Amino acid sequence: MIHARGLARTFDTKRGREKVAVKAVAGVDIDVAEGEIVGFLGPNGAGKTTTLRMLTTLLTPTAGTATVAGYDLAKDPVHVRRSIGYVSQSGSTAREARAGEEIVDHGLLYGISAKQAEARGRELFDQLDLAGMWSRQPKTMSGGQRRRLDIAMGLVHDPRLVFLDEPTTGLDPQARANLWTHISDLRTKRGSTVFLTTHYLDEADALCDRILVIDHGVIVASDTPDALKRQVAGDLIELVLADPAHVSLAAEQLSNLVRAGAADVAGSLVSMRVPRAGIELPGLLRSLDAAGVSLASIEVRRPTLDDVFLTMTGRSLREEAGRS
Amino acid sequence: MRFLTETFIIFRRQMRLNLRNPAWVIIGLAQPVLYLCLFGPLLEPLAAQIGTTNAYTFFVPGLLLQLGLFGALFAGFGLVAEWREGVVEAERVTPASRTALLLGRVLRDTVLLAAQGVVLIALGFAFGLRGDIGGMVLGLVLTMLVGGACSAASNALALTTKSEDVLAPVLNSISLPVLLLSGILLPISVKTGAPQWLETVSDFIPTKYIVNAIRDTFTGDYATVTTMWGIVWTIALVVAGLWVGTRTFRKENA
Repeated sequence: MIHARGLARTFDTKRGREKVAVKAVAGVDIDVAEGEIVGFLGPNGAGKTTTLRMLTTLLTPTAGTATVAGYDLAKDPVHVRRSIGYVSQSGSTAREARAGEEIVDHGLLYGISAKQAEARGRELFDQLDLAGMWSRQPKTMSGGQRRRLDIAMGLVHDPRLVFLDEPTTGLDPQARANLWTHISDLRTKRGSTVFLTTHYLDEADALCDRILVIDHGVIVASDTPDALKRQVAGDLIELVLADPAHVSLAAEQLSNLVRAGAADVAGSLVSMRVPRAGIELPGLLRSLDAAGVSLASIEVRRPTLDDVFLTMTGRSLREEAGRS
Repeated sequence: MRFLTETFIIFRRQMRLNLRNPAWVIIGLAQPVLYLCLFGPLLEPLAAQIGTTNAYTFFVPGLLLQLGLFGALFAGFGLVAEWREGVVEAERVTPASRTALLLGRVLRDTVLLAAQGVVLIALGFAFGLRGDIGGMVLGLVLTMLVGGACSAASNALALTTKSEDVLAPVLNSISLPVLLLSGILLPISVKTGAPQWLETVSDFIPTKYIVNAIRDTFTGDYATVTTMWGIVWTIALVVAGLWVGTRTFRKENA
């Protein structure tokens, strides 16, 4: 559905008096098959939106080629636009307009008849839990409703490929969970291919078959969420000791679990990654007991995509997201 | 054909939004109406000095052009707001012609301007404006064309800068000198006592020729050199405005 090779975008900006070329996207290869839900994960400013704007014909790449929904991005942008739906971060409707009118007008711009556009719009309103909102003004809707209206706008012409830019940013947890259901419905009920950007790890984990991790305009990883998590090399066992004096003793026992393993010690916290914590725990507890080490607590952490991101880039995604 | 349909879809949507909340259309009309009511009477005793028999036949054409210039030049602010709401991007991701996205909006400004112009002329009649009706229609058409040109240029500037903070100073620094140097309030002519340097400077302002042409048409004098120059400059502005506008809207990454 999407095949991009070396897609890049450079912006000219001024730093003082000097003109500087900033590489927002430094050449990415993207392959998305029909029916996939692919997540594009990265911190703010990594190049997610720029890539998305290139793939949706809104921004001309400075280098590289791509076919989107079977059409060449550079040679046939009009056919690309016809085949894709794009739900941007910034919304798609006027605050003062009526929701239904916006949907119909949007459909008309795709060349659908007014009657068809209205029928399609009402059907989408039903599917997206917007029934009864047809003559409401977007300014009177909640954030979640507005986002679903944006999705309906992007689907009015029945696109085979849907782009969602940060679909749940700024929504409360309930509205997010609700939107996730609607996004996975795009594939199960309509057979659409979905390409979404996000900086939420749980979102990518919950929704996507495959994840592309982008950082500083380069794709640093591309795999299924599980495979990515496996790359982090196992679960983290954290021991908090009742008596800090036993730290070296506990570290020794923990290190024995893995050949050539070395536990990290920080205060009364001793931790180490092991391939599968579940198998190791019973033996570990017995040997700690035998060595006379008493524990205040024990915790096992499964790797998260945050750990993946940290391993790939040396930075935590949460810090990045929190900073901006 | 498709292009005209798309232009009409955009135009109809814009009109619907404007008519539902006509505050700006009324506010836009308030300024020239205030000039007409509060400044017009001061011109009446000066009619002979200005070189006219009816002060309002002189003054209303100026106000008409002021309406066209100010109203349409500030159309860009609306586009910045639309861009912020994501509407512009949503429209640009459809297969619709980019030129249609611009022309639908320019058409909206032209039609609103026509409505405002009719109200202004009607009010002028109440104050004592008399003249040639056919000429007034022609004058109104010229105003609409100038408005269309300004609207296209303003929308282009808005799409390029995407910021009210840039738009406001740029438009203000253009519109006020243009307005004053067009001789909208008083004629800028050595014959009526203007200093030579001021007349020379005003000779470089295209809208001065357009105001003078509209004044001629209002009195029923179509076949004058003044009218011809006014029409020539109007067409030149329309061509320039639409050229800049379509170029900006067609740019892939605007």
